[in-house]
Amino acid sequence: MPVKVRINGSPYEAKVEPRLLLVDFIRDVAGLTGTHVGCDTSNCGACTVLVDGESVKSCTIFTVQADGAKVETVEGLSKDGKLHPVQKAFRENHGLQCGFCTPGMMMQASWLLREQPNPTEAEIRVGLSGNLCRCTGYVNIVKSVQQAAREMRR
Amino acid sequence: MTPRSFEYFSPSSVRQCTSLLKRYGSRAKILAGGMSLIPVMKLRLASPAYLIDINGISGLDSLRQSGGSLRIGAMTRHHELETSRLVRRSAPLLAETASWIGDPQVRNRGTIGGSLAHSDPSGDLGAALLALRGEVRTKSASKERVISADDLFLDTFTSALGGNELLVEVRVPVLKPKSGWSYQKLERKSGDFATVGVATQISLDDGGNCVYAGIGLTAVGPTNVRARKAESALVGRPLDERTIVEAAEAASGDASPTMDPLRGSIEYKREMTKVFCRRGLTLALERAKRR
Repeated sequence: MPVKVRINGSPYEAKVEPRLLLVDFIRDVAGLTGTHVGCDTSNCGACTVLVDGESVKSCTIFTVQADGAKVETVEGLSKDGKLHPVQKAFRENHGLQCGFCTPGMMMQASWLLREQPNPTEAEIRVGLSGNLCRCTGYVNIVKSVQQAAREMRR
Repeated sequence: MTPRSFEYFSPSSVRQCTSLLKRYGSRAKILAGGMSLIPVMKLRLASPAYLIDINGISGLDSLRQSGGSLRIGAMTRHHELETSRLVRRSAPLLAETASWIGDPQVRNRGTIGGSLAHSDPSGDLGAALLALRGEVRTKSASKERVISADDLFLDTFTSALGGNELLVEVRVPVLKPKSGWSYQKLERKSGDFATVGVATQISLDDGGNCVYAGIGLTAVGPTNVRARKAESALVGRPLDERTIVEAAEAASGDASPTMDPLRGSIEYKREMTKVFCRRGLTLALERAKRR
């Protein structure tokens, strides 16, 4: 079926099978490999992107469902070479080790901070509960989101 | 794994949808949030030949109070149930229950209609619907009908919906004065399915006697289960620590868990049903007293 998906502002058109997952369209058709496939069981959140402003696990949605939709991936966070406050905060707070979960964490954080611009630590932890990290123990991830929240409220 | 191939439809009206259901019947599955169906298809536990995506049908996510009922469109997302002021005010049990489902990304997509139609015995909202004595409205190409919560869950992953029926709306009674609620969920880890879940809704009269008790259970039966013996232990009696303990004991008898290698033995699940029923009723009573 033909689909047209706007990713980070650019249109991507292709003929796809209905069963093609959005994450595979993003990675293999659009060539944007920042979004990762972690678990294949909809648990880990490494595939998190925004579809029409809502954070979703792109491994659990078919590309045809996103036909005509606006998708945002990690590649779209920085604008004109300038890091997004979330990216800057993860960098400055050592919010990653291997980096595999990080694009999903940052996309989910960007959604969370739109919904709740001033979250408590508990609210951050709940807000990121769909994103698993095997490296860090989450402490610096939470600090990163707290810094990003402060910056984005300015 | 990759799902098997299927043909995909995206109807823009309920009528188009029910026509497709009439044509393809049990060979088709409705795609709502997809948070249960798509993982199942990726594991190839189900491989429907036809997928009917209802996300494009406008008007299925309306949310309004009408008389003494809250009318919830089937496509209302769990996130909406959790955060909507209307739901938190008039059916707080649903809002609290929804907050326990999956994780934020899952709650952005998952829907109340999809969840109830899926009839997972570990589904949280089914227990809440039983506790509220809610009902669902369905449409097919030829008729509409109403199915009460007690009649909805027939067997594991088997609802009373016929192959050509679309669940379009959920209705629950609006919260009455002097009422309390609670959803308790024991999970191994954040975002997990319930080891045990208990939904409670109670109402008191001026004397502190229980005039309504609705208790629904998650993950301790072939379907969501209404804890009728527990309810009977409360209605018409004062709601206090003593009767709560009795009701919790009865609830563990209402549960019929099977041995779950991941989440616990039959004895453990029965015991946890008792523990979390007691906690749930205690919190519901506190909330009722505050109103």
